[in-house]
Amino acid sequence: MSAPMPAPTEEEVRAIVSGQLHLEGPLLPILHDLQHTFGHVPRMALQVIADALNITRAEVHGVMSFYHDFREVPAGHHVVKICRAEACQAMGAEALAARTLEKLGTAWHGTTVNGAVTVEPVYCLGLCACAPAAMVDDRVVGRVDDAKMDRLLREAGA
Amino acid sequence: MKDLIIPSDAERDFGTPAKEGKPVTLTIDGFEVTVPEGSSVMRAAAEAGLQIPKLCATDSLEAFGSCRLCVVEVEGRRGTPSSCTLPVAEGMVVRTQSQKVKKIRKGVMELYISDHPLDCLTCAANGDCELQDMAGMVGLRDVRYEQPKAGGFANHFQARDTSGEANPDWLPKDDSNPYFTYDPSKCIVCSRCVRACEEVQGTFALTIEGRGFDSRVSAGAAGDDFMASDCVSCGACVQACPTATLQEKSVIELGTPERSVITTCAYCGVGCSFKAELNGDDLVRMVPYKHGKANRGHSCVKGRFAYGYATHKDRILNPMIRDSIDQPWKEVSWEEALGFAASKMRGLQETYGKKSIGVITSSRCTNEETYLVQKLARAVFENNNTDTCARVCHSPTGYGLGQTFGTSAGTQDFDSVEHTDVVIVIGANPTDGHPVFASRLKKRLRAGAKLIVIDPRRIDLVKSAHIEAAHHLPLRPGTNVSVVTSLAHVIVTEGLMDEAFIRERCDWEEFQDYAAFVSDPRHSPEANEMLTGVPAEELRKAARLFATGGNGAIYYGLGVTEHSQGSTTVMGIANLAMLTGNLGRPGVGVNPLRGQNNVQGACDMGSFPHELPGYRHVKREDVRDVFEQAWGVEIDPEPGLRIPNMLDAAVEGTFKGLYCQGEDILQSDPDTKHVAAGLAAMECVIVHDLFLNETANYAHVFLPGSTFLEKDGTFTNAERRINRVRKVMAPRNGYADWEVTQELANAMGAGWHYTHPSQIMDEIAVTTPSFAGVSYDVLEQKGSVQWPCNADHPDGTPLMHVDGFVRGKGRFIVTEYIATDERSGPRFPLLLTTGRILSQYNVGAQTRRTANSVWHHEDVLEIHPHDAENRGLRDGDWIRLASRSGETTLRAKITDRVSPGVVYTTFHHPDTQANVVTTDFSDWATNCPEYKVTAVQVSPSNGPSDWQREYSAQAEQARRILPAAE
Repeated sequence: MSAPMPAPTEEEVRAIVSGQLHLEGPLLPILHDLQHTFGHVPRMALQVIADALNITRAEVHGVMSFYHDFREVPAGHHVVKICRAEACQAMGAEALAARTLEKLGTAWHGTTVNGAVTVEPVYCLGLCACAPAAMVDDRVVGRVDDAKMDRLLREAGA
Repeated sequence: MKDLIIPSDAERDFGTPAKEGKPVTLTIDGFEVTVPEGSSVMRAAAEAGLQIPKLCATDSLEAFGSCRLCVVEVEGRRGTPSSCTLPVAEGMVVRTQSQKVKKIRKGVMELYISDHPLDCLTCAANGDCELQDMAGMVGLRDVRYEQPKAGGFANHFQARDTSGEANPDWLPKDDSNPYFTYDPSKCIVCSRCVRACEEVQGTFALTIEGRGFDSRVSAGAAGDDFMASDCVSCGACVQACPTATLQEKSVIELGTPERSVITTCAYCGVGCSFKAELNGDDLVRMVPYKHGKANRGHSCVKGRFAYGYATHKDRILNPMIRDSIDQPWKEVSWEEALGFAASKMRGLQETYGKKSIGVITSSRCTNEETYLVQKLARAVFENNNTDTCARVCHSPTGYGLGQTFGTSAGTQDFDSVEHTDVVIVIGANPTDGHPVFASRLKKRLRAGAKLIVIDPRRIDLVKSAHIEAAHHLPLRPGTNVSVVTSLAHVIVTEGLMDEAFIRERCDWEEFQDYAAFVSDPRHSPEANEMLTGVPAEELRKAARLFATGGNGAIYYGLGVTEHSQGSTTVMGIANLAMLTGNLGRPGVGVNPLRGQNNVQGACDMGSFPHELPGYRHVKREDVRDVFEQAWGVEIDPEPGLRIPNMLDAAVEGTFKGLYCQGEDILQSDPDTKHVAAGLAAMECVIVHDLFLNETANYAHVFLPGSTFLEKDGTFTNAERRINRVRKVMAPRNGYADWEVTQELANAMGAGWHYTHPSQIMDEIAVTTPSFAGVSYDVLEQKGSVQWPCNADHPDGTPLMHVDGFVRGKGRFIVTEYIATDERSGPRFPLLLTTGRILSQYNVGAQTRRTANSVWHHEDVLEIHPHDAENRGLRDGDWIRLASRSGETTLRAKITDRVSPGVVYTTFHHPDTQANVVTTDFSDWATNCPEYKVTAVQVSPSNGPSDWQREYSAQAEQARRILPAAE
């Protein structure tokens, strides 16, 4: 994940939106493109998207909020996701998560004060055989214990 | 639809909408039932009298299948499908109460209740809650899910958990809307509100945010509440909500109503049917009536919520008199007030002649009341000095359609819009002016119908969520005739007309003349582009679309009629419909959108100075005979004075007395200064109204009026539908308006003795052929009828001109464009046009006295950024709006909804008085004032104009009331 970017202007949002209008069902591609470009989908973008697609901002909000990965505010430099699904819970993921949050001094979805790490829950990474599992940015990690988590967080600069 | 108290048959909810199709027979719980193909099993069961438990289904919305309470078993099929989404099939055998589905339902209900507060006894929906009913129906007796003692549970309804920690899933009530609350703690996320907002209202203001356990109803986006969202407060979501989540504040305050009366809304010409729900005479809420044929269960913010004016403290409940308008009012008894009025009026007639007095009937009052007021003029004053506020709105419709088709009314019913393919909306703004019709139109547009908007302003219909006009022709105000003729030019010259229809149904000779006229190259869109401002290519495409797109319907409003060539445009519209064969079947036609609840009725009832009831000229001896027989008086064969003529005559000193019922001519008629001068010159002005309106500042007698909730009668809406108005509560002023008119007539020696409005309707039926079959019994039986209703059409006439025009052959009339005398020039370079807004109604006498003002508390002037910049204006600046007639001040709103050179405002607030600015130019045929075109100049200002200051001082002076003598 790259460094957080400054909030986009309305013109920048409009430019991205108009780049996707030729698609059938352009809403999700637009949201992806915005998030990819700006690291988040700012609130003011909703009305711009709605106007371009001739729908309401409520509808855009409904779609965007359905997907947990679309963000309203930029994340930290790195995103650490800790699996909270059944297999990982059975292998102590809840305790690991609690300790991790304590170490970082933040709650779920929070970002460390230095802006290095955002921590989020995830419900199954498909790594049940290597539970507890986590994911740092795009990389999945299995058999995470306290030591491994410390190392991951250190690498991420937390 | 909430099943209030005892669900009668009419109130039953069938779960899913009715379908049309060939019959299909199936067996449900051993009962054989036949329903149209495409119906749901849930609906089929309901038709057989079996109710399947349900939460997310209601018959105003398409099935959704989310609550899983309505599951059934079908023989030979696996699983337990939801009956709301399961279409019927021939020979299907369905079981709705097997052990298996009963167990599923209990389990589902148990989960719902585990996340719902159990405060039923103190809940506003107690006794009116579908969740409560369904919990009872499935026999839920226990909820096994318990909260852990130390906290740490997840639910949405408790602010704090058992350990005292704040519950992050709990959200406070949203009280932002003045009329209803959203309490997320009671929500079961059935999505009915979201679907109602989309399917019924078409605003798409609501959504479900999040997913799974986090799903919630959200108005607008994150950070919005109901007020900040796109919500227009139509009440469809409140109506659809099965619980107390969306609840009228009035019900929270007053409790569940115990009785209801079906009546008709008294705002616009759509004429929605409502159920007034009450405790005793305490009106708890107005609920749109499902079987209302104009609204089909829908409503808007005015009819649904803005009824508080009926009990507003400003209402005047005692009659008042004074000798001159500089005196304060004196409260007196009814006898004294009526005696005073009668002797003054008789005195004026003795001094200045029979024709020195007159009446103005009201489009706000019932047919029966209007009939009596014109009868007062004709039978008691013995002149034809009667006119009505239709003069200033739809009189050109009456004239134009009468000339071309032979009847002075729209050709269709509102259901017709469901069959239309191409719609032209010209000079109307339905989403604001006729919101319930707009919702029905938008539904059809979302289903694929095409729209052409002809309006100087980019109204909401041009582009709003999920709808977009195929063509918007933003013409310059005042050039309607030219645009309509150019449309005809394209259709005729490109050979797109329906020749078979024209040959069969219209006068072919006249058509030849007309075709030659419109084919002239000077009527081509290219030749008129400079004049109208409409790009020629766009106009050509619009014409082709209308002529070739299937069923074409034209809906128009006051943007057509309120012009110096209003009648000509109406005829032009009629020509277009005949030219394309779009008459006489569902989905087509010419449809005037009437401004007021009973403007159609007021016209029908003979309010015009030249016409007796049923649009028959007073010159006709046979017609006069009928009324002379019925009334026992001789009727003057000479037409009387129109409103503008009355005012002119008053200024000249020949017109001295006026009885004005339910209309505020000072605020609503053009050129306010002239109206004020006319009123001031009269010696006896009797105002009969709910409030001390602006006209009453010049009155000598004030007779308190009654609201539509306080009397029996009928209103006739834009589709000619005669709807019953029923007395919901006793008149607070003591008398219904028809009784007051009768007492005034009797004080002048008339000797009338009606005891109920049904007797007045009987008299109307006897004297007026198009109403011959109408009686209160018939209306009781059928709910409503559309005139003509007589021996030929005993059930009324939903569609006019089906086999032939009323006048015989349809008549094409040549429509030559003649520019209005009101022109922009160096001193007044901009064109002002006026209109209405959703939350306020006309002069605002009613809506300004309700919470609707939160949406619109002052009139603003819309001006294009270009024109604003030239004048150094910023958004929200005070500006001076001046015309040749006068000037006023208001705030500017900078927007590109108006074109450069055009400015727009509303006329809802008396302190702005847009009509000080409008001129006294009017329609050539009917004198309908040209409100829609005024040349103006706009400049920065720092306060009210001299007129505004003088006027408000005069108003304050004139409104003083002496304390009643003890």
